[in-house]
Amino acid sequence: MPIALTVDGQVRRLTVDSRTTLLDALRERLGVTSPKKGCDHGQCGACTVLLDGRRALSCLALAVAHDGGEVVTADGLATDDGLHPLQQAFVDHDGFQCGYCTPGQICSAVGMLEEAAKGHPSHVTADLDTEVVLDDDEIRERMSGNLCRCAAYVNIVAAIRDVAGQTADEGADA
Amino acid sequence: MREFGFERAQDVAGAVATVAGRPGATYLGGGTNLVDNMKLGVETPDLLVDVSRLPLDEVEMLPDGGLRIGAAVRNSDLAAHPVVRRDFPLLSRALLAGANGQIRNSATTAGNLLQRTRCVYFRDVTTPCNKREPGSGCSALDGWTRYHAILGGSEHCIAVHPSDMAVALTALEGQAVVVGPDVERRIPLDGFHRLPGDEPQRDTVLEHGELITAVELPPLPFAKRSTYRKVRDRASFAFALVSVAAAVDLEDGVVRASRIAFGGVAHKPWRAHAAEQALRGQPATEASFRAAADAELAQAQPRSGNAFKVPMLRNTVVSVLRGLTGQEA
Repeated sequence: MPIALTVDGQVRRLTVDSRTTLLDALRERLGVTSPKKGCDHGQCGACTVLLDGRRALSCLALAVAHDGGEVVTADGLATDDGLHPLQQAFVDHDGFQCGYCTPGQICSAVGMLEEAAKGHPSHVTADLDTEVVLDDDEIRERMSGNLCRCAAYVNIVAAIRDVAGQTADEGADA
Repeated sequence: MREFGFERAQDVAGAVATVAGRPGATYLGGGTNLVDNMKLGVETPDLLVDVSRLPLDEVEMLPDGGLRIGAAVRNSDLAAHPVVRRDFPLLSRALLAGANGQIRNSATTAGNLLQRTRCVYFRDVTTPCNKREPGSGCSALDGWTRYHAILGGSEHCIAVHPSDMAVALTALEGQAVVVGPDVERRIPLDGFHRLPGDEPQRDTVLEHGELITAVELPPLPFAKRSTYRKVRDRASFAFALVSVAAAVDLEDGVVRASRIAFGGVAHKPWRAHAAEQALRGQPATEASFRAAADAELAQAQPRSGNAFKVPMLRNTVVSVLRGLTGQEA
């Protein structure tokens, strides 16, 4: 079936079998290899991309169901001006060891920070009516769909907390 | 994965006609459970009709104070909806206790209701399972039962329904709005999922081809005093061992009415009618709460591998009700 996807800002046209997942379409057909295949069953988060602006698992998405969709991978977060703030924070805080889960972690964190900025509560938010404060418990809960078998979690949380703090400060200044 | 055709639905009537007319066809929503089951070989549709882009993604306040939730509303959007957070907090809490951020962004309201059990034997095509392959036997009966039913099971199946959201919707007496080839009907959620009996392959009372278009919640003012508690093996992204959705109508320290439903313990979200009955008019004390839990759990039939769920559920009910009535949870 013919489909079109906008991947990291570029329109890509391809023909896929209906069984092709978005992850396989990206990696095997389009050569976009920053989303990783970990478990391929939605349990590890390594394949996380931003799909139509929200974090999603590309291994559980059928490519044909997302014809016309917009995909941003960790690759597409960097610009000519340099790394995305979360990418830089993962480097600064040593937020990885082998790096296999990192593109998924970073896409997930980008989506998560936007959800928090919109005031979405989480399982650990004590009061559903108050403003979300991204402390470590909130970050851990909101990132629970991304596993790191090297267990770099402490530094991943530190990297995200760093960027969350910057975002909050900008909000306060505005 | 078995080969299948794919069609994007243009409207509800067309989608229903297509699926109703083809035994092997099924609907695709967010796909977070169906696609996984297709990879495992647990589900083998020959045609997917994608209904995720139909205009069924609105949450509407009804004039009477109720809520109409479109079938394609994403779990994350429903959990964050200001009216849900204010008027039906147990529903927000239940949604936020389920899955993870990525999955909640994709999963839909109807898809959440129709997700299949995570019984390890159902998901392993090398083992007998009456739900997956009727008549082949139940591997769980003498198997690993930590995540299996203690209420309403049968000699053919002791799988549990995995949804958190459905437990809250059942407590709220929600109704599924369902469109079939001939008629539209409303199905109370308490009777939407089935007990396994001798047909465990049937999760719900839906006929083939019927499409959920919305879930409607009647008004329930005392649902402002409500919550959802999930007990699980890890703190996040795990299915329930037991869960409790509860709302309490409290006046002068007396429980005038309550809504209580359990998750993780039966083939369907378990509305605890006996517990509600026992609690009616009683003082909001730990003794009352314990008696209410015991009234429901008198019919429990645990297995050796999940007998722990009986005291766990009793204690969770007591803790939740204490918390809702202003006592230390």
